[in-house]
Amino acid sequence: MPNVGKSVTRVDAFDKVTGRAQYTDDRCPNSALVARVVHSTIAHGYVKSVDTSEAEKIPGVVRIFTCFDVPDIKFPTAGHPWSVEEAHQDVADRRMLNRHVRYYGDDIAAVVAEDEVAAAQAARAIKVEYDPLPFVLDPIEATKEGAPLLHKEYPNNILKHTSIRQGDYAAAIQEPGLICVDKWYETPTVQHCHIENFICYAYEENGRIVVISSTQIPHIVRRTVGQALGIPWGKVRIVKPYIGGGFGNKQDTLYEPLCAWLSMQVGGRTVKLDVPREDTFVSNRVRHAEKIHIISWVRPDGTYAARKLVMYSNQGAYASHGHSIVAKGMGAFPQMYPCPNVECDSYTVYTNRSVAGAMRGYGIPQAMFAFESHTEDVCRRLGCDSLAFRRKNLMPVGFVDPFSKNENYYDSYNQCLDKAIAYMDYERKRAEYANQTGPVRKGIGLAPFWYNTAVWPISLEHSSCRMVLNQDGSIQLQVGETEIGQGADTAYAQMAADTVGLADYTSVHVQSCQDTDITPFGLGAYASRQTYTCGFAIRQTGLLLKEKILAYASEMTRMPVYNLDLVDSNIVRVTDGRVMMPLADLAVESFYSLTHSVHITAESTYQIKSNAYSFGCCCAEVEVDIPLAKVKLTKIINVHDCGTLINPALAEAQVHGGMSMGIGFALSEQLLYDGKTGRALNNNLLDYKLSTFMDHPHLEAQFVENPEPTSAFGTKALGEPPTCPVAPAIRNAILNATGVEVDTLPMTPHTLYRRFCEEGLIQDPWRKEG
Amino acid sequence: MKQFKQVTFRLNGKEVSCVVDVRSSLTDMLRNQFGLTSVKKGCEVGECGACTVLINKEAFNSCIYLAVWAEGKDILTLEGLMGPNGELSDIQQAFMEEAAVQCGFCTPGFILTAYEILEEPRDYTDDELRKLLSGHLCRCTGYENILRAVKKVLRQRLEAAKA
Ligand code: FES
Ligand code: FES
Repeated sequence: MPNVGKSVTRVDAFDKVTGRAQYTDDRCPNSALVARVVHSTIAHGYVKSVDTSEAEKIPGVVRIFTCFDVPDIKFPTAGHPWSVEEAHQDVADRRMLNRHVRYYGDDIAAVVAEDEVAAAQAARAIKVEYDPLPFVLDPIEATKEGAPLLHKEYPNNILKHTSIRQGDYAAAIQEPGLICVDKWYETPTVQHCHIENFICYAYEENGRIVVISSTQIPHIVRRTVGQALGIPWGKVRIVKPYIGGGFGNKQDTLYEPLCAWLSMQVGGRTVKLDVPREDTFVSNRVRHAEKIHIISWVRPDGTYAARKLVMYSNQGAYASHGHSIVAKGMGAFPQMYPCPNVECDSYTVYTNRSVAGAMRGYGIPQAMFAFESHTEDVCRRLGCDSLAFRRKNLMPVGFVDPFSKNENYYDSYNQCLDKAIAYMDYERKRAEYANQTGPVRKGIGLAPFWYNTAVWPISLEHSSCRMVLNQDGSIQLQVGETEIGQGADTAYAQMAADTVGLADYTSVHVQSCQDTDITPFGLGAYASRQTYTCGFAIRQTGLLLKEKILAYASEMTRMPVYNLDLVDSNIVRVTDGRVMMPLADLAVESFYSLTHSVHITAESTYQIKSNAYSFGCCCAEVEVDIPLAKVKLTKIINVHDCGTLINPALAEAQVHGGMSMGIGFALSEQLLYDGKTGRALNNNLLDYKLSTFMDHPHLEAQFVENPEPTSAFGTKALGEPPTCPVAPAIRNAILNATGVEVDTLPMTPHTLYRRFCEEGLIQDPWRKEG
Repeated sequence: MKQFKQVTFRLNGKEVSCVVDVRSSLTDMLRNQFGLTSVKKGCEVGECGACTVLINKEAFNSCIYLAVWAEGKDILTLEGLMGPNGELSDIQQAFMEEAAVQCGFCTPGFILTAYEILEEPRDYTDDELRKLLSGHLCRCTGYENILRAVKKVLRQRLEAAKA
């Protein structure tokens, strides 16, 4: 395989380093009208009236629409494949503009104006009268009797509750001599912070509505725009140009329906909706904040007798991806450390906060923080070495999950741990840091993680691909999967070149811009699925194309097909290795032959009925300044087994980005809400502490390459996994340095100061309790 | 009320002139009136660095720089880095080779700040480089390969200067 496995340059790199790659705003005509959304300034209540009279007087304002104008249609937003079974369809709980506002920042009106300034001025001049209602921000509070109710269809604000029961927990905990470790862990609300904010623009063409959008899921958005507007799905066309990052926020329908509807209200003129950064934080999607309770019953020999898990996931005001996020985290619990007696419950709870949706890791970063912090805490109680404990108890080779049929084919956990330990000199340092005193202390910690690729059997998995042979022997490649910055197009070109038998991946022209009118149907960029799922479709379609090419070659050469092959862009006779002709010659003949002219193309869909575990670990070293309650991350490594690497350099780059997001999650990022009003307090890039260039040490990324047996190219998930183990590894390093268990993220000086005071490391006579 | 003003300046080596709304940012003028798509918008309040351009050889966030202030200035955007025959600068080349580009939205800004730093190559430490580049946010790369790319060009230029 000459292309797969090489660190070739990205197919889009040239256009991106020259600034000519076109993103949504780069395509939008200057004459577009500009839309601005007006947001709720209370956390919960009803809009009584909207006074637009002052706003309408502002020069340049075209039209203003309010929650009293939009169609009374509720629609789902999650970027999930549609389910033909009603019971499995996504929850439809919001309108394009809402009268019943459920969070500070909810959408209640929209201005359409000739320019941005007029739109912004008008948005400010709109006066809204509310009937306020009490609100609730905490998911546990929200489930209590008498708590404000967000959606009347969901008593106690519980969007969904699911459980896992294995063995007999109640009986198992009676075993004499067990040690009980009972703890709570908490993760914050964070935001994706892709550098390109969400943006879209819409116009009518030939009686249809076209939306150009910065989305990860163009084909899904086509459906949701149709649903939200109550129009046939075929009347909607979605185009996705290059996008400036998504990380899950754009795996949701954001403002595409509203923008489309606004355009339709102003005669189909082009309307652009460009979300300001401050609104991106509040009125797009965020990561679910979770409160996680774990009770473990352990034997003194370091084995689990019984375990219990309860998770509360803060959904915010609308369902979006809903329960699937916490459910994925819960699903990992009985698998990662198999134990015969397990009880798990997870609750997804509506609250009056920003809507939580998909975000890199899809519930696993939260779960891993709790699970892997807990593993460390269990080992402390037992007085045993946590590395040895993990090696003994982590999912063994041969484990099969009865539901997904996922099998753990390799000893990936231990192989990844071995690499991380060697790089960090873990064992020596662990011993060295055991008994430190003084204000500045060092620590080292690690955490493995659990992840699985794609969404089968919970949802549909399929992938479609189209290949077209060009006159020069190059091919055009179209798939329904989307390039969102991760490098998917490049990996596809490499896979396609090898399958068809082309000399070089640059002979594969990937149509990066998705257009639902042109590209085959595909589900999009999520669940770290695309290299895995699309691999099947590329392989299947590439083989079809090759078969057609060889059939034509057989005609031209009078040789039987079985004696021919396509190697390095040449038709080769396999019996003696002779090059019969370059593919380019065959291609020209096939186009223009006076006797047999045919356009050689192939198209196929592959439905995937498998998925794959993708495991690894993080190891981190820190320096903790106790009086300042400050952590400095000094060294870090992630090791992943994502199967065969298609492009090692791009894989490494993916890991860097994921680690960076994990470091932010661990140490600095948190969207704060004012308890008195429900308003977000730090919704800008200065006050929200995204990792900067100065917040990282060198990020080391290494791999174990065990080819995934179920996969078309031996590959499996890598996009999201790197974010998953970082926070618990850093937390365990802080524990190693200080002896203090920190159970709340982010581990900012605020959090650490409180914990260090509680544990007596800081004596502060002025500190107020609580 | 809208007010307009004529602005004359050098843009990517050429004398240009245009009439702008006095409230316009330099970002908007460069994007909307000159079609320079490399000037990206990530926040429009000077937080992210995506809109960086060089003004008289110094990197600025063009989103918080009024278009009318461009009068008489020498402005360079990423488009201006390409040679007359389509050659890439060594910095652009290094960003490609080191896989320093993912979604690419922060890339133009980073390259221009790197350009400013590398105009006078010194033996910077990693920490110094990190600090010099810290006006830009990137969510995709963890900054790792961007640092590699900048260091690569720095090394090349220092060696070229020695030879
Ligand atoms: S757009 Fe100018 S600094 Fe962010
Ligand atoms: S490459 Fe995406 S923000 Fe930097």
